[in-house]
Amino acid sequence: MKGKRKLDRVQEIIREYGTSESALIPILQRVQAEYRYLPEEVLTFVATALNLPPAKVYGVATFYAQFSLEPKGKHIIRICDGTACHVRKNQSLIDTARKKLGLREDQKTTDDMLYTLEIVSCIGACALAPAVVIDGKVHGQMTPEKLSESLDALENEEKTEGDK
Amino acid sequence: MIDIRTISSPTELEDIKKQVQAALKSGCTRILVCGGTGCMANGAADVFAALHAELEKRNIPIRIDILEESEKDAVRLGYSGCPGFCQVGPIVRVFPADFFLTRVKPEDAPEIVEETILNGRPVERLLFKDASGKVYTTRDEIPFYADQVNVVLAECGIIEPGDIREYIAYDGYRALAEAVFGLSPEAVITEVTESGLRGRGGGGFPTGRKWALTQKVQSSKKYIICNADEGDPGAFMDESIMEGNPHALLEGMTIAGYAIGADEGYIYVRAEYPLAIQRLRAAISQARAAGLLGQRILGSAFSFDIHIKEGAGAFVCGEETALISSIEGQRGMPRPKPPFPAQEGLWGKPTVVNNVETFANVPKIILNGADWFRRFGVDKSPGTKVFALTGAVNNTGLIEVPMGTTLGDVVFKIGGGIRGGKKFKAVQIGGPSGGCLTTEHLDLPLDYDSLKAAGAMVGSGGLVVMDESNCMVEIARFFMQFTQKESCGKCVLCREGTKRMLEILEKITTGQGTLEDINLLEELALAVRDGSLCGLGKTAPNPVLSTLRYFRDEYLAHVVDHVCPAGACQAFQTYRINPDKCIGCGLCLRKCPVNAITGEKKKPHVIDASVCIKCGACREACRFDAVEV
Repeated sequence: MKGKRKLDRVQEIIREYGTSESALIPILQRVQAEYRYLPEEVLTFVATALNLPPAKVYGVATFYAQFSLEPKGKHIIRICDGTACHVRKNQSLIDTARKKLGLREDQKTTDDMLYTLEIVSCIGACALAPAVVIDGKVHGQMTPEKLSESLDALENEEKTEGDK
Repeated sequence: MIDIRTISSPTELEDIKKQVQAALKSGCTRILVCGGTGCMANGAADVFAALHAELEKRNIPIRIDILEESEKDAVRLGYSGCPGFCQVGPIVRVFPADFFLTRVKPEDAPEIVEETILNGRPVERLLFKDASGKVYTTRDEIPFYADQVNVVLAECGIIEPGDIREYIAYDGYRALAEAVFGLSPEAVITEVTESGLRGRGGGGFPTGRKWALTQKVQSSKKYIICNADEGDPGAFMDESIMEGNPHALLEGMTIAGYAIGADEGYIYVRAEYPLAIQRLRAAISQARAAGLLGQRILGSAFSFDIHIKEGAGAFVCGEETALISSIEGQRGMPRPKPPFPAQEGLWGKPTVVNNVETFANVPKIILNGADWFRRFGVDKSPGTKVFALTGAVNNTGLIEVPMGTTLGDVVFKIGGGIRGGKKFKAVQIGGPSGGCLTTEHLDLPLDYDSLKAAGAMVGSGGLVVMDESNCMVEIARFFMQFTQKESCGKCVLCREGTKRMLEILEKITTGQGTLEDINLLEELALAVRDGSLCGLGKTAPNPVLSTLRYFRDEYLAHVVDHVCPAGACQAFQTYRINPDKCIGCGLCLRKCPVNAITGEKKKPHVIDASVCIKCGACREACRFDAVEV
């Protein structure tokens, strides 16, 4: 039932953007905005709808850094790794976040699916380096202590929600 | 919502301009909160809300629509684009007095309303102070601005990007009207050619020549593309223009469309710039409503419309042919040139691709003429250039200077020197495709040709300043990691070569490099440069080549003396145990994979530096933070 509802929503998105080849990327962007990742069955569905080989859709989905084929956590922490942030020592932020969330170097999302840590290329807040984006909100001039506090705040939020 | 009427002739455009100008001059106080990405990240939205609440609390009428009749003492409160000085944000400017308030917090709102709005005095403690304690009241007095020349950014930070009529009040769309009603397409191209405007996105190709080539190709369909895929880490000029003055870009693109005979344009903008996308969308819909985009612009026979395409996170899409592939829905991989986009671009049709800053220059050139434009800058690089000044300088932000301004003036006059009293070491210019400049270049004029001769490039204009604590080998590694990750994989030398170069750089920065590695690195760099199809691969080795050229001794220090002179590379740091913190639990001793730690139980332990591999396991294990580096 749930799977069917999912594809209904995808169908709506495709209807909105049309089935020309140039609609592929905008469609995938909208699907990802909806599910926070691109489920495999959705890729195949989009391929059929646009009359494209699934390999082509998969090729596009894996080419662009924005697309994720794996589910992401509820909260997304993006640490900017642009030059200005790098020069202002963002490594300590990466280390702090990994340690705090208990993530290995090759791991992006926590086992409980609550947090995803992404090291991203420049977000354009260079004058406020180092920058971190937590759930879409940009925080400038970050320090390991401030980041640690922000993550604690998220954790508390989760706890209170869990208690409800 | 503001009410935008359709403007159906140049005369009507002129009428609106006069009306809005009169409203702006009417003496009405106006508060502009910076709505750029930087200040928004610093809490500008909260400041805006606090000011709004304070005005309401005191029953001061807030005027939403500039042309609306309202009480004499009404205040206009709005968001501006980025005035550039992000370092001291959130910035609030108050007109007509032109007070420049810095680092404003929501709790400052009552004082701002009381002192500035009601009594006409600036809030002293919010004014900018320099290192010596000198206080500056208005923007233009501040040293950060004093040496700048604003052409592209002239209206950024003064107008509200969300209201097309403010752009019109500052001569907006007048260049378009003059072009469409008074100039032939050829005359527009001649003006741009004579201005000497060169592509601001990196390569510096003459814009007029690009337009002329595309105009000559016979085709019933042509396209204009704006490359707003500002992927260079450390660059945000185009972002600020799109956020602060989106109509300048739209007008520039429309003029280009008229010149080459195109009726459709695309802006390919990074998805990482949500605010810029939002402002562009709003600007496009206002321009359409005003009859300045779409069918029969200003009542003429010329039609042109603009669409937005969001990028999906691929640096290589900044390369024009890759960008075109991406708009078409493909993997963003570059194509061989020729054919150039001028001949076969988007969907095989003749296409002009220029970047944001290039287009934003166009209306000014048409309005003021090529000779006016040539008054700025130097002979072969006329005009100004916007740079994103970041890194180890005191004043960071967006700056605009005439081409040919020296590096020293930018770093020390505008940038205010190196923060923390440290020593200037280098500037990385042009991002991952660029190179570094050192103390010997402080007198070097920043223009296309001088920079090229010095082994760097203007690139898109990122200027990252580095001090003595930044290791140049590590910086080269950082850029190589970036380009390696972003290589699209089409050309073997770029795909494999950048990978191998990164491995060598990692070897060197972790203390395992040899002299042969440096030679191999150099050899590979030249091979990647020569064996790649597009700009990404061709310029990927630049950071390595330029650091090898100016900082070879740092490479040698890493491989011969096994030290990182800047003290930045982790592997060269020495791990030691602080005897005051160590309780002798023995946990680190058990964790150490190479048995470098010795010590008796309950007594401080020690690390044998000659055995230690600096893996960090002991530091990770210690519960008392006793392991220090």
